[in-house]
Parts: sequence; C-alpha cells; structure tokens
Amino acid sequence: MLADKDRIFTNLYGDQDWRLAAARARGDWDGTKAIIEKGQDWIIDEMKKSGLRGRGGAGFPTGLKWSFMPKKSDGRPSYLVVNADEGEPGTCKDRDMMRHDPHKLIEGCLLAGFAMRAVAAYIYIRGELIREEQTLQAAINEAYAAGLIGKNACGSGYDFDVFVHRGAGAYICGEETALIESLEGKKGQPRLKPPFPAATGVWGCPTTINNVETIAVAPTILRRGASWFASFGRPNNTGTKVFCIAGHVNTPCNVEEAMGIPMRELIETHAGGVRGGWDNLLAVIPGGSSTPLLPRSICDTVLMDFDALRDVKSGLGTAAVIVMDKSTDIIRAIGRLAKFYMHESCGQCTPCREGTGWMWRVLERMARGQARLEEIDLLLDVANQVDGHTICALGDAAAWPVQGLIRHFRGEIEDRIRKAHVAPSRAA
Amino acid sequence: MSAGRAVAAAGDSATFAFTAENVTKANAIVAKYPQGKQQSALLPLLDLAQRQNGGWLPQAALDYVADFLTLARIRVYEVATFYTMFNLKPVGQHHVQVCTTTPCWLRGSDQVLEACRHHLGIGVGETTADGKFTLSEVECLAACVNAPVVWVGDDYYEDLDAASTVKLLDGLAAGKPPKAGPQVKRQTSAPANGAKTLVRKGV
Ligand SMILES: Cc1cc2nc3c(=O)[nH]c(=O)nc-3n(C[C@H](O)[C@H](O)[C@H](O)COP(=O)(O)O)c2cc1C
Ligand code: SF4
Ligand code: FES
Repeated sequence: MLADKDRIFTNLYGDQDWRLAAARARGDWDGTKAIIEKGQDWIIDEMKKSGLRGRGGAGFPTGLKWSFMPKKSDGRPSYLVVNADEGEPGTCKDRDMMRHDPHKLIEGCLLAGFAMRAVAAYIYIRGELIREEQTLQAAINEAYAAGLIGKNACGSGYDFDVFVHRGAGAYICGEETALIESLEGKKGQPRLKPPFPAATGVWGCPTTINNVETIAVAPTILRRGASWFASFGRPNNTGTKVFCIAGHVNTPCNVEEAMGIPMRELIETHAGGVRGGWDNLLAVIPGGSSTPLLPRSICDTVLMDFDALRDVKSGLGTAAVIVMDKSTDIIRAIGRLAKFYMHESCGQCTPCREGTGWMWRVLERMARGQARLEEIDLLLDVANQVDGHTICALGDAAAWPVQGLIRHFRGEIEDRIRKAHVAPSRAA
Repeated sequence: MSAGRAVAAAGDSATFAFTAENVTKANAIVAKYPQGKQQSALLPLLDLAQRQNGGWLPQAALDYVADFLTLARIRVYEVATFYTMFNLKPVGQHHVQVCTTTPCWLRGSDQVLEACRHHLGIGVGETTADGKFTLSEVECLAACVNAPVVWVGDDYYEDLDAASTVKLLDGLAAGKPPKAGPQVKRQTSAPANGAKTLVRKGV
C-alpha cells in the first residue's frame, strides 16, 4: 500500500479544514515563488521527466502538452482552462479535490499557467457541484487576499488571475472543444480539430485544457521532484493516482494509490472486496463508463495503468472502477450506459445522434431476450460504425462499452434470447 | 443535453428584471471575462435569473438576459434549451433529482426512485398538486462512490436507500431536511468502515 507520506491529496476525505492556513500546514504554497524563479523551461522539463499523463481520460503527456503553447505572444493572450466538468459515470475524484484540497488546484493553476505563459486560468466546473464551487471560490478569494495569485503572484513579479466558471448540466461540455464553446456562452457542441486549442482556443486565443487532477498534482511534483513522482508505477505509467471504486464492493471509496496497483489488490485493500467475495465477481468496468468491461478472468491479474488496461482492450480512462457481482444483469448495466450516451449526444454527427439511441433500444430488447441472434452481429456492426466516425470521442465512448459487452458476454446475450424464445411455448 | 425542449410562451410570467442586488452580481460576473466577451456570462446569468424566479426561466427572463448582455435572443434560447439545468417550465419548491446511471443503479437507485414515486404520489417529470415537489431522473452526478445519490436544491444526499429517501422527503416537506452528504455514518468518500489511509496520528 502507498505510504501516507507519499500521498499528494492529504485531505482527500475532508476530515481536515480546506482553508489556506490548514492547506499551508499540509505543505501547499510552500516555496511557490522559488519554483517560478526556476523558469518556464525548467518547469516543463520537470513535468516531462515526471512522466505525468493527463488525468482526464486520454492520458496525454502533460509536459509535452504545455510545451505546445506559444513561447512568444503574437498579441493574443494565452489561457489555461481547467476541466472540472467531471461527468464520466463512475468518476467522482475531482469533486473531492475541489471541496477538500482546493489550494492544490489553485497553486497548480499558477504554476501551470506561468509555465505556459498564460494570463489567467478559467476553471470550468460542472453546474451541479454547487457547494464545491462555493468552496473553490472561497479558496480563490483567500489566495488573492494573501497575494498568492493576482498581481505579482507570490511576489514573483508574474500577474495571474484565476476564475471559476459554472456549467449548466451537459456531459458533452467535458470534451475540451465543447468546453471552450460553453465557456464562450454557447451550446456545448464540439469543434472539428484542427485547429487545436493550443493555436486557437477560447476567444480565439491559445489555450491548454487540463483535468483538475492533472493540475492539482503539479505543485507537489515540482516540489518533491520528477524522480519522486516517477518512482511510482511503471515506465510510461508513472505516479500516484486517485481511484474511485464504486458498485458491488463492500465499502465503495475514493483512494490515492500508486499507478499499476493490481486491480484485485486495489479492490480488496481499499474497498473491502467484492460483495460476497472475489469469486462472486462478474465483471469490472475499469476506468469510467466508456472503458470496455473486463470479465473476472482478466480482473484476477490485470494492473491498473494505461498500458496494462490497453493491452486487454480496455483503458485506464479516469480510473473509475465500477464493480459488478454475479447478481448483475450485465445487459441492462451496459444498456443503461447506452442510454446515458444517447441522452448526452450533442446531436451534430449522424452516427452518434442516431447510433446511440439505436444501440440503447436494441440493448433494451436484448435484456428482455426479445431479439434475434443475428442482431448481436448487427449491434456490433453499428457500434463499429459509430466508433471513430464522429467529430468527437463521445461516439467512440458510446461504442466501446457495447463492443466490450459483446466481446466478453456474447454467450449471455445468446442465452437470454434463446430462453425468451423457449419460454412462451413452455407457458402455453 | 435534452432535445426537443421548448421555450415557454410569453404570458406565463410576463415580466422579468434582475433585482438591484442581482444586477450587481451580474455585473461582477460579466467582469470575469475579457472585454467584449460578455456572452461568456450567459450560463451564469441564466442561473442567476432562474434562482431569482423560483427555479425556472420564463421567456421574459430569457429576453431580459439577452438584452442585459446585448445578445440576439435566439442565442439565449438555443443555450437555454441545450443545458438540462435550465428549467423552462415551473418546478416545485423542492426539485428532487434522482441519479439512475449504472453506478447508482447497481447500488439501488431503482428503490430510491420508487420510494420517491410512492411517497410523493407522482411520476418522473411531474409536480405534486401542492407545488412542493418535482421529481426528475438525472444522469451521473459525480458522486458514484456514495451511490445512490439524490440532488435537491444546492445539495447532494448520498448513500441512500428507500428508508432514508423517505426520511429525506419528509424532512424537506417539514422544512427540516437532514444534513447533506452521506445518509449513513461515513466521512465523505472514505470507506464506510473507516479510512485505511490518511489515518491521523493523535486524533
Ligand atoms: C465526451 C467527453 C467527455 C469528457 N469529459 C471530461 C471531463 O469531464 N473531465 C475531463 O477532465 N476530461 C474530460 N474529457 C477529456 C477532455 O476532452 C480532455 O482530453 C481532458 O480534459 C484533457 O486533460 P488532461 O490532459 O489533463 O487529461 C472528455 C472527453 C470526451 C470526449
Ligand atoms: S460524436 Fe456525438 S457528441 Fe460528439 S460531436 Fe458528434 S454528435 Fe456531438
Ligand atoms: S452514477 Fe449516480 S452519481 Fe455517478
């Protein structure tokens, strides 16, 4: 188990005060000015060496992303936008960071913003997180009052503002270009890329979008050193990570652990194990709703990191582990996710708009067995036609759970259909 | 997002204007964005208007916000109909929003929703005759390790079952809602039987 001294989020559960004095006692805002004085290149280089990959789902290397921002302004200001739209089912980690450790995020905004020569950070928080927004705003006010941000932030000579912007209920706004549209006061409909946000982002200016966790871990990495962070996990999959463990476990929870922890160890050490014991496990969705489920046989040995989960045709995603025991109607469980994606599709692309609803309706019928066996292949075919053929990755995210279901539970769907076809004659 | 929602016709609530206090708040919100980018304040201003207007946005409020930000009205209508948090019809005093996405469903959101239906005597999307409660089904609220979750007003009620849901509804009706957060003995998102990590010495 990761030692408490190596945890970044030392107030993850909020049993201590989130305010500035307590945050400082936990080590936040310690030597921030000295880090800034080391310069932009040093910060970006250190982030690259740490191996940190974005915590918002896609796992893009963070230092590299920051290096894409213009080193000299062409007259336009640059912005950091923090993605706090947390909405991928299963995921509830950014919420804890904002309500219990907000100063880590604010200090991270300053350091990341400085490294990419941004004038300000806008934190886009999902609208439902009303109390979290209030806490975050209060923490920002404290940071301004203490001279940590604003003019001459931390006495560094650098001016930097931090603003919070509330969304209004639309999962799609977590997609980075939809988030930009929404921040501009428009419908959250994703943009075609290119141009990429680093060239043309919010208000037509160079913009980098990062997840809350990505930004909130940066100050600790820069203080304790890239090699400290990189000492956890495996090459290309380094660091510590906050995992969310939900569903059929005895004690669901959030917990920060080392990357690459075996899934079974994560569930048994921190979440009290699977309800009814490990042998009662049916399947796990390892990284938020879009990542394909894994049957028990894979869960026995798989490690929780980007590469290990990719190798079993799933993904680390947001590291939101959704556990399902043998009492689960797996077709319904995935069908409900299909309904989620249908509800959240922004409707711009035909394959996504039409495909998400179609997949949900077929899965609903399959859950009742009211389908034909050939329709399983048809469903897979439709999922494959949505995957990779849309403007944004919501289409892919909707297809993957369905592909995973058919990959591992085709037999279950077939049985359901066969039984339903036998049942009427038996009853007659 | 939810397709096919319509702006309520004028006449439902014929006039709207921010209170003096909200004009100040609105100007402070607009000031957060660069010069000339006042459209960015649209979502927060619609939220402000909705709060002032008892939880929903009549057309008069949409038009007022459009004028406040000097935006074409259609820009405001398309945004108001896109985002699910904007209610374009009146809602009850307590808008009970039950999460039923898979992680909550795995832990009993069916029972929570059924308890709401039964106890309030209304279906999803309906409002009680006394105007006290509206019941809605919503997607993942980002509190899944505390499932099932219900969102009312500014707060989440977590780790619910049928019995604690009824207690919550009774509490709301009586003007004495339970403390927000987990409805079982538990420190936020820590394991219910006590945190195994971040154990404080000398506490
Ligand atoms: C449909 C959809 C929803 C997303 N939702 C979120 C989200 O809520 N939070 C988040 O950080 N990233 C989300 N992302 C990923 C972002 O587009 C983006 O990759 C991420 O914010 C980048 O940050 P990172 O590099 O720090 O991971 C979503 C992507 C898609 C396609
Ligand atoms: S894939 Fe879906 S959500 Fe993404 S842009 Fe297309 S229609 Fe919108
Ligand atoms: S599924 Fe209900 S809060 Fe996430």
